[in-house]
Amino acid sequence: MPGYSDPGFDTLALHAGAAPDPATGARAVPIHLTTSFVFESSDHAASLFNLERAGHVYSRISNPTNAVLEQRISALEGGIGAIATASGQAALHLSIATLMGAGSHIVASTALYGGSQNLLHYTMRRFGIETTFVKPGDLDGWRAAVRPNTKLFFGETVGNPGLDVLDIEAVSAIAHEAGVPLLVDSTLTSPWLIKPFEHGADLVYHSATKFLSGHGTVIGGLVVDGGSFNWDQSGKFTELTEAYDGFHNMVFSEESTVGAFLLRARREGLRDFGACMSPHTAWLILQGIETLPLRMARHMSNTEKVVAFLASHPLVARVGHPMLESHASHALAQKLLPRGAGSVFSFDIRGSRTQGKAFVETLKVFSHLANVGDCRSLVIHPASTTHFRMSDDALAGAGITQGTIRLSIGLEDPDDLIDDLKRALKAAGNLEKAGA
Amino acid sequence: MELSVNGSKTYCYTGGKPFDADQPTVVFIHGVLNDHSVWILQSRYLAHHGWNVLAVDLPGHCRSSGQAPSSVEEAADFIAALLDAAGVQRAALVGHSWGSLIALEAASRLQERVSHLVLVGTAFPMKVSQALLDSSLNEPMKALTMVNVFSRSTLAPPPSALGPGTWVYGASLALGRRVLASNTAVNVFHRGFKACDSYANGEAAIQAISCPVLFVLGAQDQMTQPRAAQPLISAAHNSGKTVQVASLPVGHHQMTEAPDATLFAIRDFLKS
Repeated sequence: MPGYSDPGFDTLALHAGAAPDPATGARAVPIHLTTSFVFESSDHAASLFNLERAGHVYSRISNPTNAVLEQRISALEGGIGAIATASGQAALHLSIATLMGAGSHIVASTALYGGSQNLLHYTMRRFGIETTFVKPGDLDGWRAAVRPNTKLFFGETVGNPGLDVLDIEAVSAIAHEAGVPLLVDSTLTSPWLIKPFEHGADLVYHSATKFLSGHGTVIGGLVVDGGSFNWDQSGKFTELTEAYDGFHNMVFSEESTVGAFLLRARREGLRDFGACMSPHTAWLILQGIETLPLRMARHMSNTEKVVAFLASHPLVARVGHPMLESHASHALAQKLLPRGAGSVFSFDIRGSRTQGKAFVETLKVFSHLANVGDCRSLVIHPASTTHFRMSDDALAGAGITQGTIRLSIGLEDPDDLIDDLKRALKAAGNLEKAGA
Repeated sequence: MELSVNGSKTYCYTGGKPFDADQPTVVFIHGVLNDHSVWILQSRYLAHHGWNVLAVDLPGHCRSSGQAPSSVEEAADFIAALLDAAGVQRAALVGHSWGSLIALEAASRLQERVSHLVLVGTAFPMKVSQALLDSSLNEPMKALTMVNVFSRSTLAPPPSALGPGTWVYGASLALGRRVLASNTAVNVFHRGFKACDSYANGEAAIQAISCPVLFVLGAQDQMTQPRAAQPLISAAHNSGKTVQVASLPVGHHQMTEAPDATLFAIRDFLKS
């Protein structure tokens, strides 16, 4: 039973990593807007640089406000530590750049956020890292895609925007057979819906911009290490298991039996690539996380009502949410995501693209923009925005058509959301009657 | 570095510096379901401040092969053999929890070969409840969670091992799982606890040591409560030993919950 010393999720969301400020008594986490931290002596400085003592040197590498956020997300995910980054994309890049270089290979799900698909398919390839994309449910495909130079498996807890649920247990087992870790993007679910480490994932990252922040105010990312992957045993990660002359000839896996990834990611990746998070951003994300359990519960109850409404509407051809038995991931979602499979989902309007456009433009409570996970409800047309660089084949692989509409259900009164959708669907229907 | 001790591969973390036989040596001994990495900060600091460091993985734990010790006495013999294998005539011994009992017993056996003795999170007797012993054998993951809860005093530790952003509660759980998995022949969790529980020579051992002793205790330690160290402290005082006690406002994982205070206590004591 959770008690004072074994706190539950809601308590950790408020307290993990934070205590009243010993200098001032401030109860809320102070925002440490400072680039640097004074050394007590030359020896103190040298000890901090050489990792003989723990502390802060320069806010690109670490910062007290960011450290609270990093501990908090680690506590909520069940990890050993985390690194706050400038964005979710920076967290993904940091993970990849820490684990591999040119000549390496990734096996990734086809059902990815468009920006991640872009990074892997185009940008990383330019730096000599290739990716093979596999449908998330095609377990034989994951296995067959492994090459001798494969260094990472990567997928999303629920694929954006089709909500294909990743069978983390099965995919991580295949990854581990191949001697590589599974990295999971848990942005759309947050640890309130699923803790990927409990199912076999090794690394988790978030676009904290979304549900963790929850208010559509800041851009940020977090990568969390579960401390479970044995880099030495794998034998594929000399970046972590052999002396690194770029940092005191440190052998990261000797230095820390479970934390080698985080050591190198911070001491090399943050230091050299520099995609760090502002302490002010960290503070705002912390504010968001404090109410994450309350918000997620409301996100999910609102989503259930909106999905039920859409699924019964004659102008809606398909609603892609795993809570519906018609969804291909329904059974898996019941198993892995008992609290729900998220509040971001897509649906298809019967009729033309013009009708889809009319639908989006008629909405008043839903905001038309490129984000998800806000406390406000959002809408977007993926094929022309988030996924517009993808070919039709790639779109189909991700479960997207030209008529797909993506919703992110917020915290408004559910009746107002349904009324808004009802009006917009009526507007789209009127166009059909008018022969548009 | 790797040594051959009693014919088995033995790993010692040297703090990022090569072993130098001309320097004084300090040996760090970990507790149950731990390994060398629990000492990262303290051992790395000392290695860069004039000491040879041998932060050992005990036999059958993580990077070291060999039979996991089934008693404190057996482990103490291993420490003696380790010093021989490393060519170290004299060393300071620092042990945490189970490791503190091993250091104590080794110091009593090695006499003048031990320059300083540091007992972190110690108790004598170090009794383990039957329920926890059973749980460590039959439900090790549940027992590991329980021990981790008992070992921690705060949800907001200062920057610690691995540096800022480390969730030491989760890091300890992960390390425990890794150490347990590292030995497929023996449950090192249960074996270590059993060794703690059955050790009976503590008071005699501390009376027999010939070096000064430092106790580093956690005021909020629920695993080895400070009062449980009193029999050893009293026995040391009563037998005329040089005794220092550092009480830190933390739980059982002094090295991660109070990394600097633990380091300074050890560093200053080793200078004495």
